[in-house]
Amino acid sequence: MIELKQVAKTFGQDEKSVHALHPIDLTIQQGEVVGLLGFSGAGKSTLLRLINRLESPSGGRILVEGQDITHLSESNLRQVRQRIGMIFQQFNLLSSRTALENVLFGIQVSGRAGADATEKAMQALHMVGLTDKTKAYPSQLSGGQKQRVAIARALAMEPGILLCDEATSALDPHTALSILRLLKSLQRERGMTMVVVTHDIKVASYLCDRAIVLEKGRVVDNIDMRSPAPVSLLGKFFFETAKGWTDETVLPEEET
Amino acid sequence: MNGLIEALVQFGPDLIKATLDTFMMVGATMVSAILLGTPLGIMLFLAAPFGLYPQHAVHRLTSYFVNVLRSFPFIILLVLLIPFSRFLVGTSIGPKAAAVALSIAVIPYFARLVEQNFRDVPRGMVDMAQSCGASPWHIIWKVLIPEAMPGLLASLTVTATGFIAYSAVAGAVGAGGLGDLAIRYGYYRFETNVMIWCVIIMFVLVQATQWLGDGLVRLFDKRV
Repeated sequence: MIELKQVAKTFGQDEKSVHALHPIDLTIQQGEVVGLLGFSGAGKSTLLRLINRLESPSGGRILVEGQDITHLSESNLRQVRQRIGMIFQQFNLLSSRTALENVLFGIQVSGRAGADATEKAMQALHMVGLTDKTKAYPSQLSGGQKQRVAIARALAMEPGILLCDEATSALDPHTALSILRLLKSLQRERGMTMVVVTHDIKVASYLCDRAIVLEKGRVVDNIDMRSPAPVSLLGKFFFETAKGWTDETVLPEEET
Repeated sequence: MNGLIEALVQFGPDLIKATLDTFMMVGATMVSAILLGTPLGIMLFLAAPFGLYPQHAVHRLTSYFVNVLRSFPFIILLVLLIPFSRFLVGTSIGPKAAAVALSIAVIPYFARLVEQNFRDVPRGMVDMAQSCGASPWHIIWKVLIPEAMPGLLASLTVTATGFIAYSAVAGAVGAGGLGDLAIRYGYYRFETNVMIWCVIIMFVLVQATQWLGDGLVRLFDKRV
């Protein structure tokens, strides 16, 4: 379970400060898949990065599986992060390491690299269907394959929570869907809690139980994706665009 | 042409000695660049305002130190370092003393190159490492250095070739080496053929260094 209590984030100081997030309350249940939906600059990535404390909050409290991580020391924070997997839009694979070595990275830095580390990494690569590419460098892999390696790296650490930061935004629709399918099946298999940042309603519809719509650092909608009933203009806009763009599609900022 | 061959016969031992001196001076300089310049560069990178572990005072101090050292004309640095050279290698003249001065001069120069190479590592790599729970130590050794390695090797090559030529200036303290030989024999004593040989050997050294450096970069660069 992830609990955010009045969590806020301000970048910079004094007059130049930017309120990335106004105080937000959000609870994500164990095994729940929650989408953070919004335009660029809405604060969704910042919100995601607060969950594993890649960003520090300016106010409020963050609890992960009951543990308050708001003011955790660096070394304790590292322990927490090892239970929270994360994948990125740009994959962030180390260019100097092969696919297998990239998966091993997570295991190595966790200090749990025993004799079975390679076996664990191979298992993770097997789960994402990349056993034939273990010795390939990232530059020799396609975008989809790179993201599979990144997923394997996260899985190898057996996380209870997986954070996805625009994980399919850099991929073509065909590859994106195959990655989403993989994430869905892995989530079901392991009952992982997932937080998915996206600007694409199709991603949220396919993957998420619930979508939080963010606008200018505030939560404007909280949509149950099994029977979606958006109440905000922005929430409605996202569902409109799912049907395709037309001349009649109303842009939210035009109306306000 | 005959003159060139005669010069080679007559000054062969001097040329060999000078080549070895150049090797020694540039070798010591490279060791210093790697062992002292690299950590300083890492410190500059980490402590920078938007770096991984911002330390305002440390960064300011280090940055000033680097800039001050880089501002000295090399000759002046050479003279200033006379007492230090005497203390460290027991002499204030000759190739050993010059090696000390060159080794000091290279530290801030290479540190800046290291800093830049680290900045070129995509920030996302560090995000990834931190999200995995990596310690600062792991981030430096398992992420930043390996990812910056092609750039670091290219910088080291630039530094080596640059300091091969730079070591000639050290002739001012009777440093020996090819540059010194070229000036003393070739220029002052009008032994043009000796000068030509010196330049040819230095060209070969620079060429070989560049070739070796490029090869190492290719070996380590998996980004293509």
